[in-house]
Order: sequence, then structure tokens, then C-alpha cells
Amino acid sequence: MRVGMLCSRIRVEEKLLRDALVHRGVDVEIVDDRELTMTLAHPIRRWDAVLERSISQTRGLAITRVLESWGIPTVNTHDVAATCASKLDTSTALEAVGVPTPDTAVAFTPEAAIQAAEDLGYPVVLKPVTGSWGRLLARINDRDSAEALFEHKALLGGPEHSVFYLQRHVDKPGRDIRAFVVGDDVICAIYRESDHWVTNTARGARTRDCPIDATLRQMSLRAAAAVGGGVLAIDLLEDRDRLLVSEVNATMEFKNSIDVTGVDIPGRVAEYVCEVVRGAPVGVGG
Amino acid sequence: MCPECDAQVPVEDGVERGEVVTCPECNAELEVVGLDPPRFVLAPPEEVDWGE
Repeated sequence: MRVGMLCSRIRVEEKLLRDALVHRGVDVEIVDDRELTMTLAHPIRRWDAVLERSISQTRGLAITRVLESWGIPTVNTHDVAATCASKLDTSTALEAVGVPTPDTAVAFTPEAAIQAAEDLGYPVVLKPVTGSWGRLLARINDRDSAEALFEHKALLGGPEHSVFYLQRHVDKPGRDIRAFVVGDDVICAIYRESDHWVTNTARGARTRDCPIDATLRQMSLRAAAAVGGGVLAIDLLEDRDRLLVSEVNATMEFKNSIDVTGVDIPGRVAEYVCEVVRGAPVGVGG
Repeated sequence: MCPECDAQVPVEDGVERGEVVTCPECNAELEVVGLDPPRFVLAPPEEVDWGE
């Protein structure tokens, strides 16, 4: 079994995943997305599957699109990664199947965005439609802040600033939850704790094991299924007595989650990749 | 050697080509592009589509 592992750089996660695959007898080829060339009419036939770990979502999506056109299975699939790469696509996928998610609105001009923010009710959170690691998140507490921020965004220009994606701010208890879904199983979950309202580990949040109860399990599997299933990290917010799914991540980072949960996350991912290669039916969540 | 400040950059056991290390002198992020001998280039800055 030969698996390509598509990477932009080698992080702890990529080393652990490679080692876990090798441990299961897989011949792993590290594929640097910066060096790869793909001639559409001449498929590369040396991989039974490709594990997509590109740090660049644009490259990852382009490459998985071509690989799938050649009949090479990818983890995650192109469509799942595309849905997760767009917060708007994720929100619509969650809404479509009734998975609770923060109230969300989109607008396309500063004036309309003000109206959308007022309809949601302050505070609201402005997010880039594509983006990760807590980058460019802004909590907007009132109309003055909204006007200033939306004007700046409009003046910056470019397609990434042309969509105003807004969510009602959830007053979470100093933490959020990240649940790791592999196929049809929620393998572990962590709390991400921070004094800052942004609780990404990339922004310094601390991690702690989160027990998986029936509600968390069901909600995570439903969210995973909503985007198409696979190897996914589901971010959830505690909104008083209920859970809301805020985001789904298709190229999850997990180095800070192994020790606190005691779960062999790379091993479980490697097993999933092997199942995909063998053509075994793999779960897609709830 | 760091391409930014010419400092000697130590390479720990297990470091691989494609990893990013930090220069101990100037704190520049460096990508390892060779191991024998160790060679570094400035790591590309974070782009808007990078992430999970």
C-alpha cells in the first residue's frame, strides 16, 4: 500500500501521521505541494490514496480535485475540504440539516453589513469567509465599531473582503470544545481555554481533556455528516445549556491534543486512510 | 547558517527537510532545505489561505 502525504511543510502532525502509516506497513511518500506538477492528461499512478495535509487550502483543494479526477482517493475528499474551507459553505451545510450553529448573516456592502449586524444584535463577530487559526476575527460591540471596521474592510478591497460574514457573538464560558471525528467515531475531545474571547490554540489557548457525553457525540457526528464526513475537527460553543457548532476543520492540527486525551489521534487517522485504500465502507458521521 | 543574520543554527536530531526552525540569534523563522550540510532559507510568511 502506497500513500502520498501532501504537505507544505513538515510539522509535528505530519511526522506523527507518517510514522503511524509506516507502522501499519504503508509505504509513505511525502509530496511537497510547492514542487508538484500535474499534467491532467497524464495521471500520476504511484499512490493508492493521498492524505491531504497542505497548509494552503487553495493548493490542497486544487490538488485533490485533480487527484480525484484521476480516480485516486483522498483524505479528506475534495468536496468535504471545500465545504470546510468556506465558513459560509459550512454554515449552510449545517443549517441544511438542522445542526445548531450561531445565528449567521452575510452581506456585501458596508451599509448592508450594518443592517445585518443590527438584525443579529450586538455584539457580533466578523469573520473572513476563508481563514483559520483565529486570523482576522473581530468582535464588534456597537454600531460605531461596526461602521469603522466595515469601512476599513471595504477600502482594503479584494474578493476576500467583499463578503461580510457575521455571527451573533456567543458568550461562551472562557473555552470552546474541539471534537475529533474519524469516520463514524468521535475519538476524543478537548476544551480550549483562554482568557481571550478567541480560543484557538494558534492564539495561545490551553487544552484539557473534554469528556464525550451523548450530546457532544451526537452533535459532532451530525456536523461531520453535514459536511460529508471523514477526518474532521468539530469546533463547538457552549451557549448556556446547549451546544452550537461553529466550524468544521478538514486538515486538523492535533499535536496539543494527544497527551491531554491519551488518544492516539495519528494512529486512528492512519487506520482510516488504510480503510479508504482497502475500499472499506467508511462512516460519514451520524 | 541563518540567511538573515549569518548566525550558526543548531540542528537537533530528528529535524527533517521541510521543517521550520527558529534562528537563536535573530528569531527569524527558517525552513530547512538541506541537512548534510544543514541549509536554511527564510520560511515563507503566513498567507491568508493557510490553516486547518
